[in-house]
This record gives sequence, structure tokens and C-alpha cells, in this order.
Amino acid sequence: MRWIWIDRFLTFDKAKAASAVKYLTLAEDHFAQHFPGYPVMPVPLMLEGLAQTGGILVGDANDFKEKVVLAKLANVKFTADAVAGQELVYKVKMESLRAEGAIISGEVFADDMLIGTAEIQFAHLDSARSGAIFGDHNFVFTGELSRMLTLARAAAKS
Amino acid sequence: MTNDEIYAKVAGTLVEALNVDDDEIKPTATLQGDLGAESIDFLDIVFRLEREFSIKIPRGELFPESIFQGDPDLVQDGKVTAKGLAELHERMPYANLEEFDKNPELSHLGEIFTVDLISRYIQTKLAI
Repeated sequence: MRWIWIDRFLTFDKAKAASAVKYLTLAEDHFAQHFPGYPVMPVPLMLEGLAQTGGILVGDANDFKEKVVLAKLANVKFTADAVAGQELVYKVKMESLRAEGAIISGEVFADDMLIGTAEIQFAHLDSARSGAIFGDHNFVFTGELSRMLTLARAAAKS
Repeated sequence: MTNDEIYAKVAGTLVEALNVDDDEIKPTATLQGDLGAESIDFLDIVFRLEREFSIKIPRGELFPESIFQGDPDLVQDGKVTAKGLAELHERMPYANLEEFDKNPELSHLGEIFTVDLISRYIQTKLAI
């Protein structure tokens, strides 16, 4: 399973804000189980999409020199369901960027209606310690995510 | 801002960051022992304090990472060395280190981080 929960960046303003779109389709496996006969996008997967949008914004802010990991979610509020056939848009804004990590505020829209908000904190893994464990390779921004980065840069230029 | 106002804002910040009830917040309550803070919560607390008080808290100023992480100059055999203690006193003049000085085991360092310590730290920051 490909663990990418955004389809495309719409906007990308380095170290400030970003937005990404995710189209919901019945072909996605999770809709069969969540729930049978009533395909609702699971909130944790929307939070993952929001975190991927925000995580790339945070990683790009330091040119991907830091290993960015999701640390904590706060003030998560969802007020409506998102269903198959809708277009989800994740909007994130950098609230604080520090040496140790970053905090972003995020909004989730389904077909232009605001359905959820959350604050996401990201930590920069301590470079000395993570280097000893994982080596210099940045395992966070690799593979599928690197493809998204290319798209993010393209969105920034457009 | 008065010291009482600072305390009230610090208490509100900790209630939000640690998801605890108002009545659990007391000046002597320790962040880790009494309020259940985990390491990642310290970053959250720093973020929220910066926002609440419009201040900048440089890395390691409120929570001295070099000591927590066991820098061999500062910590040996699980105890904070004389050099480490001197550094704590110098960097944290607002902390009550009297008890910790007597038995400076690293595992007890968390006990100095109380609600009162955070308030006094903010008082010194706002006084600058």
C-alpha cells in the first residue's frame, strides 16, 4: 500500500504555508471497511494527509536537512464527514519554526466546506543521536515522499 | 504583568499542553511526576509559552538538553557532576536547586521542573 495521502500540492510558500488536494475515490480499499455501505474517509487518514502537507512544509523550510517526525496533535476538531467522490483540500500554516521542531495549524476542506481543524507539532530528530542510529540518510523524506517534494516545488513555482 | 497573572497564564498553558485539569496545577506540582509530561511535551510547552507571552525561548534554555542527554562532562555514573551543577546554577538562577544539590542523581532532575519554576522563568524573561 502506498502511504501517500495527498495527490498534489496546490500552493507552496516556503516556510510559511502550503495547500494540497486529495481526491476521494471508492477504489480506495479503506472505504470498503469504513464503513460497509457508507464510505466515510477515516479522520486519522485525513490527519495523516494534513501531517504530510505540513511535514513537507517543515522539512522544506530547512532544505530537508532535518529528520522531521510527527510529535503531537492538539485541538483536533472534525465537524462533518468526508465521503467518496469529494475533493479534500488540506491547508497548513507555519505557526512556529524552531531548532527543535515546528508547529503548524491545519484546516481540512471537503468540497470547499471547512470540516476539520488541528494543530500539529513536528520534532526534528536530534541529529547527533539519530545519526548514530539511522546514519546520515534522511529516511523521512525518501521514496514516495520525494516525489511529492518535486510536485511541491513545481507548485511553488506556478 | 503581575506574578499572579503570569502564574495564571502558565497554569492555563500547562492545562492545554498536558491535558490536565485546572485543580491538578499547583505551584509545587512537577511536570513529569505529577502532571504526566513526556519528553515531547516539553517542546509543546516551549511553543505555547512563546506564543502566550510573546517571548523567544532559545533551545535548551528552559530545559537543558545537554544535561538531560547525559553529556559525560556534566553527568557521570548517573549523577550530575560538580561542573554540571555549576552549569545548572548559572543557567537556571530561577530554579530551586537546594534539594537536588544534596543528591544530584540525573533521574531526580525532572523533580526541579515544577509549575512554580516555569512561572519564575517567565518572570525573569519578562523582566529583561
